[in-house]
Amino acid sequence: MRDFDLVRKNLFRKPLRTVLLTVSIFMAFLIFGLLTSLNVALNRASETGAASNRLIVSNKINFTQPLPIAYVNRVAAIPGVVGVTHQSWFGAYYQDQRASRFVGFAVDPETYLALYANETRLTEAERRAFIAERTGVIVGKALADQYGWKVGQTIPISSNIYSQADGRRSWDMKISGIFTGAKPTDSTTALYFNYDYLNETASFGRDQIGNIAVQTASADLNNRVAAAIDGAFANSPYETSTVDEKTFGQAFLKQAGDLNFIVSIVVAAAFAAILMIVSTTLVSAMRERTKEIGVMKTLGFSSPRVLRMVLGEALLLSTMGAVLGLAVSAFVLVGLSKSPAASTFGDLSMSPFVALAGLLMAITLGLITGAIPAVSALRMSIVDALNRR
Amino acid sequence: MSLMSQTRSVIAMNVRSIPQRLWMSLATVVSIALVVAVLLGFLSLANGFNQTLKGSGAPDVAIVLREGSEAELNSTLSREQVDLLGRGPGVKLGADGKPVVSGELLFVVDGIKKSSRTKANMPLRGVGANGLLVRKQAKIREGRMFAPGSNEIVVGAGLLREFEGFEMGKSVRFGAQTWRVVGVFEAPGTVFESELWADAPVVQSLFKRGTSFQTARVVLTSPAALAAFTAYAKNEPRLQLKAQSEQAYFAAQAERSGLLIKYFGWPLGIMMAIGALAGALNTMYASVSNRAAEIATLRVIGFSGFSAFMGTMVEALVLSALGALVGVLICAVGFNGLSASTLGAGFTQVAFRVQIGPEIIGQAVTLALIIGLVGGIFPGWRAARQKPLLALAT
Repeated sequence: MRDFDLVRKNLFRKPLRTVLLTVSIFMAFLIFGLLTSLNVALNRASETGAASNRLIVSNKINFTQPLPIAYVNRVAAIPGVVGVTHQSWFGAYYQDQRASRFVGFAVDPETYLALYANETRLTEAERRAFIAERTGVIVGKALADQYGWKVGQTIPISSNIYSQADGRRSWDMKISGIFTGAKPTDSTTALYFNYDYLNETASFGRDQIGNIAVQTASADLNNRVAAAIDGAFANSPYETSTVDEKTFGQAFLKQAGDLNFIVSIVVAAAFAAILMIVSTTLVSAMRERTKEIGVMKTLGFSSPRVLRMVLGEALLLSTMGAVLGLAVSAFVLVGLSKSPAASTFGDLSMSPFVALAGLLMAITLGLITGAIPAVSALRMSIVDALNRR
Repeated sequence: MSLMSQTRSVIAMNVRSIPQRLWMSLATVVSIALVVAVLLGFLSLANGFNQTLKGSGAPDVAIVLREGSEAELNSTLSREQVDLLGRGPGVKLGADGKPVVSGELLFVVDGIKKSSRTKANMPLRGVGANGLLVRKQAKIREGRMFAPGSNEIVVGAGLLREFEGFEMGKSVRFGAQTWRVVGVFEAPGTVFESELWADAPVVQSLFKRGTSFQTARVVLTSPAALAAFTAYAKNEPRLQLKAQSEQAYFAAQAERSGLLIKYFGWPLGIMMAIGALAGALNTMYASVSNRAAEIATLRVIGFSGFSAFMGTMVEALVLSALGALVGVLICAVGFNGLSASTLGAGFTQVAFRVQIGPEIIGQAVTLALIIGLVGGIFPGWRAARQKPLLALAT
């Protein structure tokens, strides 16, 4: 324990220097904590609710191209398929086309709720109401809170794609229920309404749907079922491409750009900078102390013990900065998660994995920055040390 | 000695002594360089993207969409409407005496992005014979234009950079139809370079659109003719469409996009800058304590505290300026001109080149100099206030 006291006292011998170094390290770990968690959250958001035994069937040209509704029943008849539903992107917005856009799909209520029961949790009464009401809509809790919507209220929802046959651009929808996600942190900023209502009123796109969601009997069957579906529609005017939900979500996320790459570049730059700063400062701090090290060795401190103490000082410094940085970023992330702007990312909080990776990086950083001064302290002969000015 | 010459000699002394603290000074330079490189990297991504959008629009070309549509993808126009638009006021006539109007369709098709090897949205545009006439920047670079009525496509040079499988002579499949690449067109610095072009009637039949279009581009006699044309498109009962200059259309998109990159880049840049500032402060404090005896000697022989302050200040600024220079160089050599692509406002990939420019270099260098300024003030203050005799005694 006495060695630790000495390490601690050495570290704070020039408090300002130590505080400044801690700030540098703190900033690097703050950046690490925030960016890595954001990246993890984005990757997870693309898989939110992605069940391993669900497939998405979309038009082979691109997922924005439609499929005929007749495909739903044909897909249902394929061996290995245990559930089928469909969804059509509506381009939904409320009042202001630019400021209040959100995710909105026209779905078949009964089969949709059967397949996505876990992602759209409703009371039994709400579920029945949605299936029964032609103009019914279910909205996510976050969305309902944002606009102050209540169950039973009728709201005008507009589309930037469809218009009604009579020229109107908005549909009056009655809120049948407000759903929550499987976990409290899941994103609930979407709405789903009855496809029949859209199909009967829209000016175009009759009997066409966006894509089909399929539940397979088991994830092991995914590849075989996907191949069977695509094979069934090959060489038809609407060829299909069937992939599992996770693949579908990740491919979409990657369209924005290679976030993994950008995050690694920035984190690497931040760490390269502090590595330089901390190691050069520690080398110069140790040089000031050369004489003392000579005295310690004279007093009988063994060379390995001196090495351990110098390394310990670097480790203490880096873990101190890292723990502070990770703690503050975890705190900021909790705050960010609560803001509406970030709610689309879902759960932003720091995962234990990120925290652990951060600590490992702190230890590595401590060992690397401490290595040069520690080795020079180890090698130093007493005579040289005491002679140096 | 005057204050000026005193200060000048102390500054020279400081700067010349930097090699004595080589490693710490180098660490400061490198850390500031990294701050500048990261910030400038983000800003030049946003800049390149915005310049591409802004460069796409001409002031004398009107783009006509259905009222209420924000993007080409969601718009629809009939063949009759497109013909009617050509009879509007201020429409330029071509060499054949007919109005220069291009009825177009835009669809999203899948392509494999080279960087991620995953599917991404590519725009397939159905254009008529006037497709090249309404875009002055565009010209065929290789091969030829598609033949009307055929399953032939020409690809933009930007798309060719970012996506695979669209090289000259290759066959590509969209749905049940096979298309052949017969030409490459370039339209430097515009979004059109990220597109595939095919004959409009063929595209209409592939996507089952009958004879309808989505947008029309109309060349006007001058930008001044826009107001009258816009009023015509809006008020003519058979039209009731929204016309705007292509320039305004893309400027509005640029306003909304690229912001994310900026909002991401600045906080990161500032966080890194604080880390680098702490390092710079340490270096400068070390410099002051290193030269304690020297500063004290100067003070004893009559040098002012101000000159000691300035010496430290300028040393810090020199280090940060060096860092800024290295950072800008890293960006200019390493990133500038790199091809990138992202999902644009039209829900399709836009290929662009990372572009640094004077304005954003100015912003990044300013941040570096602020680090130098703050990193010099406090240690400089200490240098100026140092008690001469105390320093000499130790």
